[in-house]
Amino acid sequence: MITSIIGHPVVRLVAHRIAMGLLLLFAASLLIFVGTQILPGDVAQSILGQSATPQALANLRAELGLNEPAVSRYLSWLLGALHGDLGTALTNGQDIADAMGRRLGNTLFLAGCAAIIAVPLALTLGLVSVRYQGRWPDKLISAVTLASVSVPEFLLGYIVMFIMAVRLRAFPSVSTVYDSMSLLERLNAIALPVTVLVLVVLGHMMRMTRAAILNVMQSAYIETAELKGMRPFRIIWRHALPNAIAPVVNVVMLNLAYLVVGVVVVEVVFVYPGMGQYLVDHVAKRDVPVVQACGLVFAAVYIGLNMIADLVSILANPRLRHPK
Amino acid sequence: MNDELRYLLARTVQGKMNRRNFLGRAAAVGFTAAAANTMLASGLKAQTPQKGGVLKIGMQGGGSTDSLDPALAANQVTFQLLKLFGDPLVELDPKGGPVQMRLAEAVESTPDAKQWTFKIRKGVKFHNGKDLTPDDVLATLKRHSDENSKSGALGVMKGIESMKVDGDNVVVTLTEANADLPYLMADYHLVIEPNGGMDDPASGIGTGAYKVTVNEPGVRHVFEKFDEYWDESQGHFDGVEILVINDNTARTSALQSGQIHVANRIDPKVAGLMGRAPNLEVKNVSGKGHYVFIMHCNTAPFDNNDLRLALKYAINRQEMVDKVLQGYGTIGNDFPINASYPLFDDSIEQRSYDPDKAAFHYKKSGHDGSPIVMRTSDVAFSGALDASALFQQTAQASGIPLEIKREPGDGYWSDVWNVQPFCASYWGGRPVQDQMYSTAYLSSADWNDTRFDNPEFDKLLVEAKGELDTAKRKEMYSQMAYMVRDEGGLILPMFNDFICAITDDVQGWEEDPNQDLMNGLLAHKCWFA
Repeated sequence: MITSIIGHPVVRLVAHRIAMGLLLLFAASLLIFVGTQILPGDVAQSILGQSATPQALANLRAELGLNEPAVSRYLSWLLGALHGDLGTALTNGQDIADAMGRRLGNTLFLAGCAAIIAVPLALTLGLVSVRYQGRWPDKLISAVTLASVSVPEFLLGYIVMFIMAVRLRAFPSVSTVYDSMSLLERLNAIALPVTVLVLVVLGHMMRMTRAAILNVMQSAYIETAELKGMRPFRIIWRHALPNAIAPVVNVVMLNLAYLVVGVVVVEVVFVYPGMGQYLVDHVAKRDVPVVQACGLVFAAVYIGLNMIADLVSILANPRLRHPK
Repeated sequence: MNDELRYLLARTVQGKMNRRNFLGRAAAVGFTAAAANTMLASGLKAQTPQKGGVLKIGMQGGGSTDSLDPALAANQVTFQLLKLFGDPLVELDPKGGPVQMRLAEAVESTPDAKQWTFKIRKGVKFHNGKDLTPDDVLATLKRHSDENSKSGALGVMKGIESMKVDGDNVVVTLTEANADLPYLMADYHLVIEPNGGMDDPASGIGTGAYKVTVNEPGVRHVFEKFDEYWDESQGHFDGVEILVINDNTARTSALQSGQIHVANRIDPKVAGLMGRAPNLEVKNVSGKGHYVFIMHCNTAPFDNNDLRLALKYAINRQEMVDKVLQGYGTIGNDFPINASYPLFDDSIEQRSYDPDKAAFHYKKSGHDGSPIVMRTSDVAFSGALDASALFQQTAQASGIPLEIKREPGDGYWSDVWNVQPFCASYWGGRPVQDQMYSTAYLSSADWNDTRFDNPEFDKLLVEAKGELDTAKRKEMYSQMAYMVRDEGGLILPMFNDFICAITDDVQGWEEDPNQDLMNGLLAHKCWFA
């Protein structure tokens, strides 16, 4: 029994895929470390700013251990990271795991809220445009989503801010959230960035859903279903969507990953204390341990979500699920 | 109350319009005399400080890397935090007069200006309940003057030979005379901490009017009024909240949508528009900060004074103030001092744009006509790219081939500034002329970013420092200004204003050229109407 489970091609594929993911993460850690080493500029100078004296700079450099060889620094960093110890920030001495944990929580909260709205909305709109392909609902949906994708995020942010915060005063323009806020207050605070993020990712997912389903709609079995006399929407839902799920999941996961790691512009515009802003601040100050930790978390999120997408497409494939 | 009436009321209260006229105009827009009188009374009442309310300030210039350690403060937000939770011994005067006493009650010096005695105020409490003692002061000064410290004030503490506590006094002995020592003690890093912060430098405990309750670097900093603050004339709010909003548009939107009461660093491009909004006021103060183009006097081709003069004549200062600062600034004269410094000589002739003189000096320099590379970046100062382009054009008109090389903002201060021979940069001001010149124009200074080396200048600088006769001192500073202006590597087209915007319920604004937001004392001196 156990051997048959292990020997099952799906299990082997999944195990293979997970192993690849871990290997990729390891490679990413190496890249991150090398990348942070070749950044131009000097940590000490960046921390103390333009007005630092050479003496103060030399003192800080020695204190930060910047004079040790890179290989030994990489190994001790990797070992620490494996134990969950990401070190302390060079600039303000805060514990990185602690500070980043809070930031990551904020980012996931924002991304989660945006995803809860955007994913079902994109799928529904995709199905609707397939149903009314070439007619006005399809064209309207395409036009609106393409327009919102084409406008740069910061501009979209400013437009939303101008209308909703400055003119109507419906929602706050500053989305700062903190521990003592209730859930409702938090949701109110992030209303505007969520709106912008939904607009940004909606078009991509909706277009992909539409294209994937349309592709399937050419198949012979769809024609059979039509000849059976099934209603168009039911054909799309029951027969086309399950077969188009792999590419759709892929693009959904890419967009979710984007929501976690790529929203720095939206964070800056709405002053949201998320990971992106945290990373950028520390890059600017050459706070290498924090940059490395953020890079590692981002890489893990990206690799993890893509792995899930792969697994879903493997599992969604009946030929792999039921081998002869 | 409509906008016109509000405006009239403000003018009447400020004494720019008399009472009779106000009542007449109020009647004209349909108010009875009684209603107008009541209004005037409440308007006048708004001139005396009211207690209460939480002031929210949206600020540019902070990051999640910020620390509460006074030694490490280097940006706008950390500067503001120090002002809120701590006090220095003395504070700069907004009008450029002698320093104001804070934690020191009196300052005296020996006639040779070599030994200074600071009498420490009694009955001052730290936020942790301990009393301020002269030992705390001594420990603070020691921490910042330690050669191993990372303090931004290390430079100003260099000339100190020894320090000791003598009863209620702290006595500072200098290696050489310095008539400006009290001004140096107003340095914002030098807020007094319990035991000088030797135990926990970033504790955020000071003697200031507001104490730290929430410290989330790069996000927000929350303060509440310290009930036992020693100075009852300051600190009228129940609390202060600093929100770090680095994005310009986000900061102005937050102000417009009523989420904050004060925003610092308003972009000159939008300042004019914001001033037109009914409930906002834009406040600009000409400061000591300046935007510069700096040449290394010891590196070819800038080692030729004619070439330096050619470039100085080839820049159109007024155009830069108009186009880059949108008028929120004043023109410079190629030396780093302006009227907001004590002992400024206003008779020094203003250098202005002169393409003919520029062409003359360029020709005289015998330069081979190869492109002169000037490095610039958007972090050099706000509008640096535009300013560089303007400079290139006016230089072109005199046949000077200026080539602009745009550098990445990342690493600009370590790889370009003070390294490359010709680049754009900025300077914040210093409290006194001596400090400005000693920091950047003394031949041996670390930040002599123009590689200015003039033994006569160095000698004058040291002499002026110990000169207690102000007339003589002023004359010396004037001579030094001429040297930098005519022989130095500094091209100084403009002094920039500090521009901030406040909502009209914030009262008590006063001009202070020393730093942003009333030298960081807005929350101390203002109140809600």
